[in-house]
Amino acid sequence: MIHLMKLSMLVLLVSALAASGATNDASLSADQLAKAAKTDSISIPTPGELFAALSKSGKINWSGQYRGPMPVTYRNRAQIALNLGGLIADGFIAVEAKDGQQVKNIGSDIIKLAKALGVSEKLLGRGNSINEFADNNEWDTLQEELEATQNEVKSSMQSHADQDLVILVTLGGWIRGTQVVTGAIIKNFNERSANVLRQPALVHLMKSKIDEISPALRGEPLVKDVSEQLGQIEKLVAFQPGKPPSEEDVRKVNEAVRKVMAEIESKDVAK
Amino acid sequence: MKHCLSILLAILALAANVLVRAETDAEIGARKDAADVARAFSNEGFMLRDGHWCGVVKPHEHSLLAVNLYAGNQYWFSAAAAEPAKKLEVSVYDETGKQASTENYNDGAKAAAGFSPVDSGQYFVSVDVPEGEGGSFCLVYSYK
Repeated sequence: MIHLMKLSMLVLLVSALAASGATNDASLSADQLAKAAKTDSISIPTPGELFAALSKSGKINWSGQYRGPMPVTYRNRAQIALNLGGLIADGFIAVEAKDGQQVKNIGSDIIKLAKALGVSEKLLGRGNSINEFADNNEWDTLQEELEATQNEVKSSMQSHADQDLVILVTLGGWIRGTQVVTGAIIKNFNERSANVLRQPALVHLMKSKIDEISPALRGEPLVKDVSEQLGQIEKLVAFQPGKPPSEEDVRKVNEAVRKVMAEIESKDVAK
Repeated sequence: MKHCLSILLAILALAANVLVRAETDAEIGARKDAADVARAFSNEGFMLRDGHWCGVVKPHEHSLLAVNLYAGNQYWFSAAAAEPAKKLEVSVYDETGKQASTENYNDGAKAAAGFSPVDSGQYFVSVDVPEGEGGSFCLVYSYK
């Protein structure tokens, strides 16, 4: 029955596609575009999407992008949230590398950091699922599980009145993902792969969300520094459409995100 | 008088509650239908994002969502609307507001648009009802 339903869906799809592919002359005004909805769960891509795009331009040495074990004993909540996002990006890297043991190690660290934020109850189940999928080499399912884990962390934060930390998790993931991607592009530069870095609106969106968080959190030294550096990064990734960044442009982005990441990872950050 | 007012308020509260629940149910149904459309693409290796965007679409009005896409990836934006909407369209616009070339799937109140961006950056996904009445809708997206 399910097979028949899938088949009929495909038949419908093929027949519909036959009459498609056209571009209309319609366009939207700047006013309409300004009113577009922007949601954390849809408007901001996952690290997995960024890595998928990079993979199209050639073989990437994903396991060469691993970093050493990171401390899971941070005490500053903003720093924990930023590092949690970075760890989730590491999980996507391990999935790309198809490295089950690394996925399990990172999954365990994600749970530890999430516990430090008090959002671990449901996540324990996610941790078990991650281990099971890693053991069975179910890489596509693992990608979905990592995103679901990230969303569950964020949802738990919202229900614990920690919604201000949600954007920090997202931001940590984007910074770590961009650090890895720029590093990989530099190692084997080509314009096609460099093209994935053009994301000024995405950086602007994250920065504007940070500007909306509580003044107390925004005033914390780490958050303040990250926010300021994000403003610089926004300029660095504002390439003209159709004009891919040069190797030097990529180096500048890499240097900027590497600096932010080092600060996020640093154990010396005080509240 | 005070008693009548209390009853009236109770009725109003109940009616509002029913309306909110009905809308929520409609969105849940639309989300399930949108996910069904998206699942047809998973056979071709598309990953379904664990997120959705729901709302109410009015006839001839674009409901717009900003998304950030990567050159090199392929995307399918799948949407479905609940009754009374009978027809739905999904389209993609670039950051200047110009409509992009997409592959389209339309099946009454279910629709999808397939898009492969040449440039990375911000795009806008539009959900609209070209004819008939509007209704609650939900959109999901998948990529590979």
